[in-house]
Amino acid sequence: MARFGMAIDTTKCVGCMDCIVACKTENDVPDGYCRDWIAKRVEGRMPDLRMTITSERCNHCDNPPCVTCCPTGASHVHVYGKIVLVDHGKCIGCKACVASCPYGARFMHPDGYADKCTFCIHRVDKGQLPACVEVCPTRCMTFGDLDDPQSEVSRLVAGRKHFVLKPDAGTGPRIFYLE
Amino acid sequence: MNTISRRRFLKISGLGLGAASLAGLSPRRLGATAAASAGTVRAVPTYCDICFWKCNAIAHVRDGRLWKITGNPEDPLSRGRLCPRGTGGIGTVTDPDRLQSPLIRRKARGGEEWVEVTWDEAFDYIAGKLQKIKVEHGPEAVALFSHGIGGAFLKHTFKAYGTPNIAAPSFAQCRGPRDAGFLLTFGEDIGSPERTDIRNARCIVLIGSHLGENMHNTQVQEFAEALGKGATVIVADPRFSVAASKAKYYLPVKPGSDIALLLAWMNVIVTEELYDQAFVEQHGFGFENFKAEIVERTPEWAYLETGIPPEKIRESAREMARHRPATLVHPGRHATWYGDDTQRSRAIALLNALLGSWGRKGGFYYPSSMDVPGYPYQPYPKSGRGKVDNPGKKYPFAHETISTGIREATISGQPYPVKGWFVYATNLIHALPNEAETLKAIQALDLLVVVDVIPSEIAGWADVVLPEATYLERYDELNVEYFRDPFVALRQPVVEPPGDQKPNWWIARELAFKLGLGEYYPWQDIEEYLDYRLAGAGLSLGTLKEKGLVKGTPAPAFFDEGVEALWPTPSGKVEFYSLQLERAGFDPVPRHQRQKEGPPGSFRLLYGRAPVHSFSRTQTNPILRDAMPENDVWLNASVGARLGLRSGDYVRLRNQDDVLSSPIKVRVTEAIRPDCVYMVHGFGHTAKGLRSAFGVGASDAQLITRYETDPLMGGTGMNVNFVSIEREN
Repeated sequence: MARFGMAIDTTKCVGCMDCIVACKTENDVPDGYCRDWIAKRVEGRMPDLRMTITSERCNHCDNPPCVTCCPTGASHVHVYGKIVLVDHGKCIGCKACVASCPYGARFMHPDGYADKCTFCIHRVDKGQLPACVEVCPTRCMTFGDLDDPQSEVSRLVAGRKHFVLKPDAGTGPRIFYLE
Repeated sequence: MNTISRRRFLKISGLGLGAASLAGLSPRRLGATAAASAGTVRAVPTYCDICFWKCNAIAHVRDGRLWKITGNPEDPLSRGRLCPRGTGGIGTVTDPDRLQSPLIRRKARGGEEWVEVTWDEAFDYIAGKLQKIKVEHGPEAVALFSHGIGGAFLKHTFKAYGTPNIAAPSFAQCRGPRDAGFLLTFGEDIGSPERTDIRNARCIVLIGSHLGENMHNTQVQEFAEALGKGATVIVADPRFSVAASKAKYYLPVKPGSDIALLLAWMNVIVTEELYDQAFVEQHGFGFENFKAEIVERTPEWAYLETGIPPEKIRESAREMARHRPATLVHPGRHATWYGDDTQRSRAIALLNALLGSWGRKGGFYYPSSMDVPGYPYQPYPKSGRGKVDNPGKKYPFAHETISTGIREATISGQPYPVKGWFVYATNLIHALPNEAETLKAIQALDLLVVVDVIPSEIAGWADVVLPEATYLERYDELNVEYFRDPFVALRQPVVEPPGDQKPNWWIARELAFKLGLGEYYPWQDIEEYLDYRLAGAGLSLGTLKEKGLVKGTPAPAFFDEGVEALWPTPSGKVEFYSLQLERAGFDPVPRHQRQKEGPPGSFRLLYGRAPVHSFSRTQTNPILRDAMPENDVWLNASVGARLGLRSGDYVRLRNQDDVLSSPIKVRVTEAIRPDCVYMVHGFGHTAKGLRSAFGVGASDAQLITRYETDPLMGGTGMNVNFVSIEREN
């Protein structure tokens, strides 16, 4: 079975937010909300500066606290690609998952359920890429099966220096940032 | 899943949806949990209008409503990927602040109080005024300001009316000095899209140009591609931009000292004999005279001007030489900074000439276009008076119309009066420097008509406002692209306009009939016009409606592909030393002059672009507003500490002429020099109708009360304003 993840090349990313805009239209994310976002970190002193740009979203963790803490089973790991999803019908809007996510990846949809990135499972199911990956003008994102050592994403993670967000949280995030 | 069969499926279905397949993954039926998009989807190819790049797109309509817009995979510009603005394009349709019907002013100009009228009433009013102006002052007394391809038909109507005064701020307020500088050197300009072969460059030099934040799609895509292939980047910018963060050499130049840096780079390359000697010998004119000047401009000299240590200048110059001719010193685009901009652009052109990058891979290519004949209209009436913008050729190297020259003539009445302005898709209040002068000119007019999608600031001053259908609701002129890979593309309606908005071709044609100029519109509707033009190229409207674009055969683009090196300059060569500049009383080789400093305690105001907004026209687009609702002002960390300001605090900026901005958030950062501040252009709206953007962030344009006019071509250098910072309580 597949285990989906992403490698994002921070040396190419320009933080243009196309990933955010594409996600919003693809998934009808309501005004005022987004499922992905850009973080820019600047370190050093002028002129010796360094900027790290990260396109961030749900990490679809191997060890997802949002699933463990969900009292109804609405938050679950889907059998397809081990994508972390929310069953809107089962969600009672208790916000435990929102609080549990160390990445701030979840928000309460105005319709009353917890919402977040789905890795565009409806597209992936049809053989398409997630909207953010497909739109990226810098082609900095690679999506695929981390359990397949031959996949491009696996080869990038194996071959390139990389980091993940909040490794100490013990969540096993599946978005890898290439340096 | 079978990759090939999926590709074939997409091809058969008429439109590739840009699907890249995930070979080897076995899809499973989804449960009820996944928010799968249901419904019937119709895909319509068209081309984008959020900026002037004109990427080819596919609009997806789900159950009769616009759903999303993606790049057309066949498009050489977008390569199937739109930029964030294009991706958010449906927000221009759903924008609740859109103009709905024609409006005629009810009270004093600028009061923004209107009467809704019918199109017929609006045209009668406009035509009456235009005829009166023609009788009293001649047809030249009307000027058309028009930005983008959408203005093509209005230009036709006004040429038929008899005026030569047709301008866009994209010349004297943007790329004009750049193109003039390259024309003076190579005899050819840069154009749009820029003829830069970024994807093959081994070394990319950016001077103030902030690709990645400045989101010209093809440029950014090729920049990322070049980075992926290991290209070296050199960035000179007072601000640590996104592009600077990709650079091997980041040089935080003192604002306004770019020419000094360019001269010192050339000094190193010439004195160390690192330049392309074969190119210079074969194609150069006046190299010895140029060299005699350039040997004086040492890195030590430039250090005092730029603040960049001499060794950094030497190292970065050698880096450029190491990769030549695949070293691209990017000409930039928005080049109106200090009033010496044509000479700076000429210095950029000369540095490229030394590196031999013109006509070479990784440098500058020769674009080509398909042969799509124009419509055979009858000749336009000849104007006896010539253009009003540049009397006596005051600016001898202006090769397009100067918008601010028309404004000046409108105020002074010299060389002849201008009594009517027709403004299409350009918000002159944000585009021209010194708002007070623009308003003074407006007060001298008998008629101001604005055609726009939203109630922009300039619309607020109009006598008549005409609501235009958005690009997703209209046909437009064909885009016959002049590019590395030529093509012809169609813009076609995807959905109906929600109110009484009309396409510009219809507006231009109806107006022509009201003016008694119907013979200039022998075609009955736009489809007939487009089909006629396409037939001239052996194509049909049906094909374009289905595919969106048809590609031509690329012509040779580089010298090694067979392009002949011809230089349409007076000497017939690449002009290292310019006799035509010398004769006109200008420096034949660019020289650096120190910029004036601001009052003590003030900061030079710099401005730039954000990837999710175009000019001042997208701040009410609900999708793009969500991505970036307001701008902020960048302050160096030491300045923030001194003023007791932290990121997130709000301030107002007061300029040297006592103009006070609206409140703007502060970004305290190491990523800018302490002698300047920076903000993104286009915010701080003051038009009441732009409800969601009104008073949000601050407007750089409002603070740009001063400008330095480029004596060569009349461009308005706008980085010459200084602000102090006042905490907002």
